[in-house]
Amino acid sequence: MNKLWLGLIFLGLLFSFINKSPQTVTNVLFFEIEKSVDLILNLISIMAFWTGLMRVAEKTNILNKLSSALKPFVGYLFEDVQNNLKAVNAILLTLAANLMGIGNSATAFGIKAMEEMQKANLNKKRATNAMCMFLIINVSSIQLIPLNIIKLRADSGSSAPSEIMVPTLIVTIFSTMVAIISGKYFERKGS
Amino acid sequence: MNISDMIMPLLIGLILFYGVYKGVDVYSAFVEGAMDGTKSALKIFPYILAIIFAINLFILSGAEDFIAGILKPVTSFIGFPAELLSLVLVKPLSGGGSLGTFQTVLDTYGPDSYIGRCASVIMGSSETIFYSCAVYFGSVGISDYRYTIRAGLLSHAATVTAALIVCRLVF
Repeated sequence: MNKLWLGLIFLGLLFSFINKSPQTVTNVLFFEIEKSVDLILNLISIMAFWTGLMRVAEKTNILNKLSSALKPFVGYLFEDVQNNLKAVNAILLTLAANLMGIGNSATAFGIKAMEEMQKANLNKKRATNAMCMFLIINVSSIQLIPLNIIKLRADSGSSAPSEIMVPTLIVTIFSTMVAIISGKYFERKGS
Repeated sequence: MNISDMIMPLLIGLILFYGVYKGVDVYSAFVEGAMDGTKSALKIFPYILAIIFAINLFILSGAEDFIAGILKPVTSFIGFPAELLSLVLVKPLSGGGSLGTFQTVLDTYGPDSYIGRCASVIMGSSETIFYSCAVYFGSVGISDYRYTIRAGLLSHAATVTAALIVCRLVF
């Protein structure tokens, strides 16, 4: 990540000079990164809300029952945490929120899942197999109905804004399968 | 009123009701959990800031255009539509940036064109890989992501390829 981050910044700095607009850097500094504050403000309230509600659910034990029911599925994908109920609960909630397309709530559960998985991690700097698989599935996109995209299509005057729903679903299923297979492949290869 | 509008109120009501039924002190449990969530959210702020600065600089300085320019001959050689190149490059980097690029594609080619449909399907079935990794891994202090980015990019490539083929077949 270090190299990638520096690479993006150095390329950005370099090209702001090549394109004779070094003021781009200042603009990014003063206007663009403000957006990170908007993002975090949106995130704080929704994260606090869901972790609060999740604590209520945890105390009733209902999540543990659901997680046990889904154990075969979880056991295959996230072998190293399958007996850590708190981590499994948070993983399943993240995936459920992502399926429904509620991104900010998914982030709330996702961070919780990472924290639970990190507790059992021996090398705190290095991702575990389960963490890698968790991220790979999440970044492959598993959202079932792309409501925001349909909305943007409608706003742009499409005659059938939702006609892309079925194709999107097919592509999503396919790319998630590719994600899981490649994740498992790298895992077995031990990279 | 559709089903997805009903999920939230039902879920919240169900959890709270079940909590009361099981004799949980619902209010203190909620506040206690929310405190944890607040701390986690604040902890990820530096990671969000770092990645947003780098990505915006990369895109706005023209570095992204330059790389798209280099890739263009290669991608057109394999029959990949050049109109979608920018979107495909920006989407794994930035959610906000890709929305802007997507809007430009819709405005230029129309939402009901082949390009517009492909762009919609790509947007609907891909995620911001680098941003999500920075935030999720950052939140627990992990710096070695191992093969996560590689596998994520493979699945992104699968999304784009499948979108081009499926849109050709379906419409």
